[in-house]
Amino acid sequence: MSTTYTVRDSATMLRRNLLHIRRYPSLSIMLVAQPILFLLLFVYVFGGTLGAGLPGQEGGGDRGDYLVFITPGILFMTVASVALGTAISTASDMTTGIIARFRTMNIARASVLTGHVLGAVLKTGGAVVIVAAFAFLLGFRSDAGPLGWLGAIALLILVAFSLTWLTVGMGLAADSVETASNTPLFLVILPFISSSFVPTDAMPTGLRQFAEHQPFTPMIDTLRALVTGASTDSDLWLAIGWCVLIALLGYLWSRRLFLRVPAK
Amino acid sequence: MTATNPAIEVAGLTKSYGDHAVLDGVDLTVPEGTVYALLGPNGAGKTTIVNILSTLLAPGDGEIRVAGFDVRREPAGVRAAIGVTGQFSAIDELLTGRENLRLMADLAHLDRAAATTAVTVMLERFDLTDAADRRAQTYSGGMKRRLDLAMTLIARPRLIFLDEPTSGLDPRSRRDLWAIVREQVADGVTVLLTTQYLEEADQLADRIGVLDKGRLVAEGTAAELKRRVPGGHVSVQFTDAAGLAAAAAAHPEATADAEALTLQVPADGSLAGLRRVLDGLDDDGVAGLTVESADLDDVFLALTGHAAEAPTAQEIPA
Repeated sequence: MSTTYTVRDSATMLRRNLLHIRRYPSLSIMLVAQPILFLLLFVYVFGGTLGAGLPGQEGGGDRGDYLVFITPGILFMTVASVALGTAISTASDMTTGIIARFRTMNIARASVLTGHVLGAVLKTGGAVVIVAAFAFLLGFRSDAGPLGWLGAIALLILVAFSLTWLTVGMGLAADSVETASNTPLFLVILPFISSSFVPTDAMPTGLRQFAEHQPFTPMIDTLRALVTGASTDSDLWLAIGWCVLIALLGYLWSRRLFLRVPAK
Repeated sequence: MTATNPAIEVAGLTKSYGDHAVLDGVDLTVPEGTVYALLGPNGAGKTTIVNILSTLLAPGDGEIRVAGFDVRREPAGVRAAIGVTGQFSAIDELLTGRENLRLMADLAHLDRAAATTAVTVMLERFDLTDAADRRAQTYSGGMKRRLDLAMTLIARPRLIFLDEPTSGLDPRSRRDLWAIVREQVADGVTVLLTTQYLEEADQLADRIGVLDKGRLVAEGTAAELKRRVPGGHVSVQFTDAAGLAAAAAAHPEATADAEALTLQVPADGSLAGLRRVLDGLDDDGVAGLTVESADLDDVFLALTGHAAEAPTAQEIPA
């Protein structure tokens, strides 16, 4: 299979997935609503108290400071939430007869999956813009320059790409659409045990060590540095490293599952 | 038809799941430009053969070449030559008919202009133009099947597999589909179809293979098969014993029933055969006449000694 066909077939499959997103918008709306609800919950219900506990400010911060602190974590959660939706849509796609047809055609075999991943990355872009706009509406302001925002967008795309390959694998591995909607839940839970919502210093030792070293923490810390205009440190490379590793493993796993799954 | 270069060549094909043999040494040759029907009940292995020939399923043992390519070593070559319409709808229900066809045209790597033309032509030919911009999920069963087949044919494959193409269709849709298959054959396309209906195999196929429990138990033209079936005959009802005796003497191959005053003459389904039976008959002496064609059950009973049925539960490993 030549590279031209790989690119063309992937583009064709991407178009198919974009049409699916347009024809079945309720799933996408639900996935964007979830991080927005979390944002409202954390800023208005918990924000006053949690803001007061933020370090580095005279007499603690306020609700506005907490909004700034939490926005990167919420943007990250948006990516995770869309990735979860991709596990569901991949699993449900595999139950349709057209997948068997694709397997009997002379096309780039992984293009079915690439279509899902590229569609999901675009969907994530849209979701992140909506959630970020919402944060601005609530009063989020930052000192980040254009370069910082570009960096943040690039990082979010990379995170979306890697998490989506992982959830495509989960969708393929699931024996039912229900299973596919449950297995990736940890992607939405894990940000809680990280620096997303509170600084890790406030956690008990064992939990703090986990929170500091789990893959999402360097990603969230880097994102926070980028969108608040602070300088990124070694976390950047750690974040990129984790993304590349997860993307690679997710891709290889998904590819193997897709080529193995027999005709239904 | 080039007998030297068959479209499908299968020798000693086996496939088993655990101890359960689904295919038990199938040999099959389909010359280019002909229609071959695999006839058999559910569970006989028809779909398994189609899945293996279309590279969906790995074969057990055996040599399998499709369109000149080895299915194990050159699956891409096989895929480039074939089109498959399976038993279950293989359309994208969220897309419109036009978008489904466009998807197939693009995946067949047609250029932009050719793809647009091909989509329009297929919509017209399969009577889907009016429904072209509606989502496929709103289509009727017959429309879905037509779209499915149009998606298979848009890339102009030289060899098509049709797995029970008319199951669940009403008689009119079935005849429409037969007409489409005949058009393809007229264009020189090779067809392998599976069916549970002898009539369908009879209507479409040059050769029929009867599949039972993973083995081909008989093979031949429709006429050849039907001649081997006792159910295919002309039954003549006489008014008196003398007429029956006279006719029985003229047809030594027939079976006479003296009590019921009937004579059963084996028929090959041809007009000439029927005429030979009728020629010796006297109008006054005959009360009635029926031509009975063989159905799948007759074929099975005759060829396998048992009725057509799916494998029993204990034959399938848990």
